Amino acid sequence: MTQRITVIDYGMGNLRSVAKAVEHVAGEGDEVLVTDDPALILTSDRVVFPGQGAARDCMAAISDHHLNKAILQAAHSKPFLGICMGQQVLLDFSEENGGTQLLGLYKGHVHHFPGGIAPDGEAMKIPHMGWNRVHQLSDHPLWHQIPQDSRFYFVHSYYVDPERKDLAAATTDYGVSFASAIAENNLFAVQFHPEKSADAGLQLLKNFVNWKV
Amino acid sequence: MLAKRIIPCLDVDAGRVVKGVKFVDIRDAGDPVEVARRYNEEGADEITFLDITASSDDRETIVHVVEQVASEVFIPLTVGGGIRKADDIRRMLNAGADKVAINTAAVFNPEFVKEATERFGSQCIVVAIDAKQVSAEGEPMRWEIFTHGGRKPTGLDAIEWAKRMSDYGAGEILLTSMDRDGTKIGFDNKLTRAIVEAVPIPVIASGGVGNLDHLVDGVKLGGADAVLAASIFHFAEYSIGEAKQFMQGQGVEVRL
Repeated sequence: MTQRITVIDYGMGNLRSVAKAVEHVAGEGDEVLVTDDPALILTSDRVVFPGQGAARDCMAAISDHHLNKAILQAAHSKPFLGICMGQQVLLDFSEENGGTQLLGLYKGHVHHFPGGIAPDGEAMKIPHMGWNRVHQLSDHPLWHQIPQDSRFYFVHSYYVDPERKDLAAATTDYGVSFASAIAENNLFAVQFHPEKSADAGLQLLKNFVNWKV
Repeated sequence: MLAKRIIPCLDVDAGRVVKGVKFVDIRDAGDPVEVARRYNEEGADEITFLDITASSDDRETIVHVVEQVASEVFIPLTVGGGIRKADDIRRMLNAGADKVAINTAAVFNPEFVKEATERFGSQCIVVAIDAKQVSAEGEPMRWEIFTHGGRKPTGLDAIEWAKRMSDYGAGEILLTSMDRDGTKIGFDNKLTRAIVEAVPIPVIASGGVGNLDHLVDGVKLGGADAVLAASIFHFAEYSIGEAKQFMQGQGVEVRL
C-alpha cells in the first residue's frame, strides 16, 4: 500500500535532510511531500513536523504560513512526528526570546539548559551538541529494533518539561534529565535529529513510516 | 553525557578526494561520495569536507558532492573552504550541509561571522582557526592566526581571536595547529587546552594525528570535544571503528 508522508515546510531550517532520510526508509511507491499547504497536510497519511531556529521565529513562521490549525489537527488525527523545534512548540510556553507562547497542545514549559560542570568534571557546553544517549521509557513501536540507550544526534539549547510526566517516551541526561522524546496516541516527538543520527535515526524513521496507530 | 566525536576530513579538489585514500574495497577512492559512505559505515560521528578547489569554474562541484552525500549519508556534514559570503552558506545548507566552516573570510571580515550566525544560527557556523606557535622557548606560550596554509601571519593572537569568534556567535571552533599539520606527531595539546579554556563553545582539535594515542591525547590532554583526522583514516591504517574501540578502552566516551 502506498501512502503520502508530508514534511511540513514553514521556512524554518533546511528540510532537505529530513525529506531525504524519510525517502530513504519509505516504502516503494510512497510519496514524500514537502509542503506548507494545510490542505495537503490534512489529506496526507503521515506528517513529519521538523523545525530549527529560535522559538519566536518558529511561531511567527507557523502563523505566517497559516499552519497553526493544520498542525494541531494533524497532531490529533494521524501518525505525527515532531523533530527538534517540532517537539518544543507543542508545549505552551518557552523561556526563549524573553518568553514565547507556543502551540499549547501540552501544558508545560521549555527551559534553557543550566550548563555548569558535570559530575565527571566535564563542562556542559550550550548548545547541547553531539551524540547523547536516549533512554527509552516504554516499548513504543517507534523504538522497535533500536537498542536501549542508543545515541542520537542533538543540537539545542532548550528542552521540554511537560507537566504530564507520563508523556515522556525517553529521557536524556545533560545536567538535567529531560524528555528527549514524548508520545501520546498517534503523536511522537523528539528533541534529537533522527535524520542525522545514522542507523538508529533511520530505524526510528522507518518505524514511523510503518507505524500502525 | 555527550560522546567525544571522531570526524574524518576529506580534502576535495574539483569534486575529487585528494591526498589519496586507500581502501581496498572501494571502487573509486577519489569519489567523495564513496569515501563518505565508507566512513559512515565505519561509525564516523560527522564528516568534514574541505574544498580546496582553486579554480572558480569548479567551485560549483562541491555543491553537487554535498547533495549526493547528503542523500545517502545521514550524519552531520560540514563543508569548509571558499565560504566567503552569506550566499555561499545558503547554497551549502540547501545542498544538505549541516554546518559550514569559515576560515580566511573571518580573518579579513570578522563581522561576516556575526552576520552569518544571526542569519543562519550559531549551530551551523564553525570558525576554522589555523594557529602557529610564535613564542620562543622559555617565553610564555603564544599562538598566532595564520592564513594561506600557514604562510601568512596576521598578527592576531589565537586565544583572543577564538574568544572574539565565540562572542560573535560561532557555534564551534575547528582548531588546526599549523606546526603539527601533516607531521603525524600528534596534536598541539597545549594549544587546544588554551583555546578550550578560553571559550564556552565546543572545540575540534586538528592537525598532526599519526596514531590512536594521539586521538586520546587530544581529548584527555587537550580537552577537545571532537578530534579530526585525515590521513590515518584515508590510508586505512586504522578504521574509525578501531579508533573508537581504542578510545573507549582508554576511558574516552564515544559512540559505538
